[in-house]
Amino acid sequence: MKSSNTFLRYVSRGLVYLLAILMALWVLLPIYLIGVAAFSEQLAVYKYPRPFFPSPFSTETMVFFLKSTGVAASVRSSVVVALITLSLSTLIGAPAGYAIARFVFRGRETFRLLVVSTRAFPIVILSIPLAVSFIEWGMYDSVYSLALMHTALALPFTILITSSVFASVPRDLEEAAMTLGCSQLQAFVRVSLPLALPGLAAATLFTFVLSWNEVFAAVILTVRNRTLPALVLTVLDVSPLPYRFAGGFFMLAPSLIFMLFIRKYLFNLWGKVTK
Amino acid sequence: MSTRRLQALTPYALLLPSVIFLLVFFAYPMVEAFTLAFRAEGGGWTLDNFQTMIRDVAFAPAFRTTLLLILIIIPVQFALALTMALLIQAKLKFSGLFLYIYAIPLGISELAAGIVWFAIFTERGYLNTVLTALGILDKPFIFLSYQNTGWLLFAVVLAEAWRATSIVMVILVAGLQSIPNEFLEAADVFGATLWDKVWRVILPLLRPSLQVALILRTILAFQVFAVALAVAGRGITLLAAEAYRWYNTYRDPNVAAAFAALIMVLSIVSTILYLWGLRTPEEQTL
Repeated sequence: MKSSNTFLRYVSRGLVYLLAILMALWVLLPIYLIGVAAFSEQLAVYKYPRPFFPSPFSTETMVFFLKSTGVAASVRSSVVVALITLSLSTLIGAPAGYAIARFVFRGRETFRLLVVSTRAFPIVILSIPLAVSFIEWGMYDSVYSLALMHTALALPFTILITSSVFASVPRDLEEAAMTLGCSQLQAFVRVSLPLALPGLAAATLFTFVLSWNEVFAAVILTVRNRTLPALVLTVLDVSPLPYRFAGGFFMLAPSLIFMLFIRKYLFNLWGKVTK
Repeated sequence: MSTRRLQALTPYALLLPSVIFLLVFFAYPMVEAFTLAFRAEGGGWTLDNFQTMIRDVAFAPAFRTTLLLILIIIPVQFALALTMALLIQAKLKFSGLFLYIYAIPLGISELAAGIVWFAIFTERGYLNTVLTALGILDKPFIFLSYQNTGWLLFAVVLAEAWRATSIVMVILVAGLQSIPNEFLEAADVFGATLWDKVWRVILPLLRPSLQVALILRTILAFQVFAVALAVAGRGITLLAAEAYRWYNTYRDPNVAAAFAALIMVLSIVSTILYLWGLRTPEEQTL
């Protein structure tokens, strides 16, 4: 009786693992397949039946994509926009995150609620009026104005993640530093900031990915200074298959690395339920 | 000014930049979207932009497909996400690795996800390769053809389910973590099966998280467009794709803004429906 019970438990445990692995394959297999397409020779992309391994492994398709007209410039634009976005949103958002974590003040909950509700950023709704405004203000088709838009998109995330990061730094340490003669600012710079640094780094990485991936605002707000997703989207229906596959892989590759560093902080971003 | 006064003002000073930024780049364009949508060409107010929007041949299909996609994708996503979240919480070995893998699509753009599934579904793609190798097909089937709206939709559904399940999973895991272990242990004591535990204990306690995830996913689903463009080209059209087309191809920001205003109204209505439909029992008695 007892042994059949343990046997059953082993079987059900095995099934749970099987399910976990199947779910992992559901995520990984499509990434693997686009990787195969991106790292095969260009002609292999047209081959049928389609090989499931890059045979032979080749960077020809990736090189062809990266050397295509406009790609290098658009990658540069993407990186510039993402870097401005992460600097601006950290500069503007981290103080707000700190305020929420450290101070008790009237309006704190209202502000938090406001920030939480802007997480579902209606980018489609905001891009079109902003484009019209940017034209009026003479700021249209520039990586800087796109970065402003992306900063607005990233700001709620930065505020939420930094506030949870600062909240996790014990307040006592800051107070101890202040009894030892530090001003509040010094206590922050010397004690809280170094401890919060890994979390802040995760927040900036998340912001980078957000901006790197964003396509609707990018394609509405730029014309000649396209970011990579905006460029790929606009030439999609006239581009050859190797271009698309290499482009697809190139755009998703950063996520593979970034998620490794961010995953611990994901729950701070999305976990806090307002109620 | 006294130092105490200064102390009291510090948090507001820290918030000020964020508030100003959100006012200029969030509140102002939100209002401006409606202004644009109701603005006539020569100045003055009009409903013409909305009439142009509704009369457009692409409007009805875009509207229908957007709603249909949401109705199909959301249950699929929530089933997948709940499975993943329960697996993460099942204290498996390598659960850190599983969490990482399940979270990867969170960092993948709509466009890249669309291209990935295009590579699978295209005529000489991986799906046809597998199906012919298995002998199910004797020659490649053209899934992504304008005549096969069903297959186009199916491919977009898979791409969206693949890409956007992660975010729901993360919200649900966080919700599961807040369920006290005693509740589940109590259920065990009474001999509840896993099925009972999910339906009678976990899901009811997960309601706040489910509500947040549903609102978020639905609002974001109204804005989907690049996935459909990458997978189906012009074979499928969505509201956001029409907004993009009216702005970029027809150069008519006013009609594009009308689409944006419609998307906003739909987002607000669905949020209210979720808040009302998933209110807690205490709220229901009120």
